[in-house]
Amino acid sequence: MAHTSTLGELLRSQGVSRRDFLKFCTTTATVMALPASLIPVMADALEQARRQSVIWLSFQECTGCTEALTRSHAPTIEGLMFDFISLDYHHTLQAASGRAAEAAREEAMREHAGKYLLLVDGSIPTVKAYSTIAGISNLDMLKDSAANAAALIAVGTCAAYGGLPMAAPNPTSAVPVSDIIKDKPIINIPGCPPLPQAITGVIAHYLTLGTLPALDAMGRPLAFFGETIHDRCYRRPFYDRGLFAETFDDEGARKGWCLFKLGCKGPVAYNACAHVKWNQGVSFPIQSGHGCIGCSESGFWDSAGIYESIADGQFGTTPKIASAAVVGAVAGAGAAVLARGKKEKKAAAHAANE
Amino acid sequence: MTLLEFARGPAIHWALIILVAGTIWRLLGVLALTRGADLSRPRDAFGNYKGYRTVFSRAWPSGEFNVATRYQTVVAYVFHFATLIVVVGITAHIEFIQSLTGTSWPALPNAAGVAVGIVALVSLFALIMRRVTKPSIYCSNRGDYITWVLVAAPLITGLMAFAHLGPRYETMLAIHILSVALLFIWFPFSKLMHSIWFVFSRAQSGLTYAHKGVQI
Repeated sequence: MAHTSTLGELLRSQGVSRRDFLKFCTTTATVMALPASLIPVMADALEQARRQSVIWLSFQECTGCTEALTRSHAPTIEGLMFDFISLDYHHTLQAASGRAAEAAREEAMREHAGKYLLLVDGSIPTVKAYSTIAGISNLDMLKDSAANAAALIAVGTCAAYGGLPMAAPNPTSAVPVSDIIKDKPIINIPGCPPLPQAITGVIAHYLTLGTLPALDAMGRPLAFFGETIHDRCYRRPFYDRGLFAETFDDEGARKGWCLFKLGCKGPVAYNACAHVKWNQGVSFPIQSGHGCIGCSESGFWDSAGIYESIADGQFGTTPKIASAAVVGAVAGAGAAVLARGKKEKKAAAHAANE
Repeated sequence: MTLLEFARGPAIHWALIILVAGTIWRLLGVLALTRGADLSRPRDAFGNYKGYRTVFSRAWPSGEFNVATRYQTVVAYVFHFATLIVVVGITAHIEFIQSLTGTSWPALPNAAGVAVGIVALVSLFALIMRRVTKPSIYCSNRGDYITWVLVAAPLITGLMAFAHLGPRYETMLAIHILSVALLFIWFPFSKLMHSIWFVFSRAQSGLTYAHKGVQI
């Protein structure tokens, strides 16, 4: 793979011009909301960056996060950067297997102790036997590997918030990374899968500045998760004017109207899909005609049906409210009987007094 | 469970149950206390039916009270209509009602909904100012003030949620739904029941007077 010693050399060897490199630095700095004065700093730092050791642990996951990251039609500078980091352990991408693979991981942890980035995807079952790698439970492997890591990045909603494995009834007692590791900085990059630029943007930030970017209250980088899909959606004018698609493939849907009534979770989903988009800016779910499912939010599998609008009530309604009407009628009849009884008694007493 | 899941789930569900049960309870409980028919012969041959006209004729105070009551009546009507339009005209509300009953109807554009909501809120503030500054007309008790707060809260929180003011959107939306849940719980046990009583109380007065020969 990349045997060059600095990132600058690698990019030059791949035919990336200095101009393109600076354009990349400018774009990345802008997307990460870094000040313009940092662009030359970023360019210098990336030029000189030595190979950062990265260990990628895959637990209860579907490999979708890796697929999103690595499947690009045209090589991008993000992709090249991902080639540049010293990916010392990754189930899908590494050449070694079996004992050699585990040995590579252990050696990387030893050699780069305190400096390697630990990327985790997939949730962790707290019942150890449910998921093991080389006979080591996910729980133990995570705790061991995190002990000497510089920082952890929880890639994908499974690692960040528990994801699909944690959906009811959570048969494997799955938990997110942040439930297990409490003493290391953790960045959550949720999404099912996350935007590749979010992953590489965070790594680029780390390579440049040596720190993790600004996070929101749920540990997500603000640069990619600071706004909702709704706030950047190109169909927002239709929402504001009250033009909605009522069913899939009706006239409104064909005209590209808002998908709020078809269950779009855009207003409560924080992610950058609406402006960064997928497959190098080609499209995103709403543009393709399907509402956002809110895949970067914690518990999105359980919180509501994918086609249920946010405005809907979340309860098996009609029977209970109908029975409330019956209860009310009974209570009312009872109150009426009591009141009439009291009235007649008072009337009789009044008549008796006369 | 997040705050939004709680608000959209058990909170609004139980609030609706209490609203329905409480309203029917009070309705039946009071309607059972009618005085019984007046068995004397009505002075006007059709008096008993003409008496129902009072339900409509009392929608506006009599001409001689106009000067004293015009401001109050106008502002109150503006508030009531604006609130009704907001409740049945905004897309998200129609979605919610549709999830309960299956019926739906076309919605207002959001900008119109916001404008009408602001009108409702401003008129509500005008009404509380009048109530507070004219104690000789309004003998207000605690229930009146609680009612005002619980009616204002959904309007304010709804506008804030839509405008993305205040807490994060999902939190503000949860607060809006919770404020509506509180209003539903308070409704059957407060003066807000006037929304149902007014028909019966106007009709009762009308029928009594019509029976005695008053020309309604």
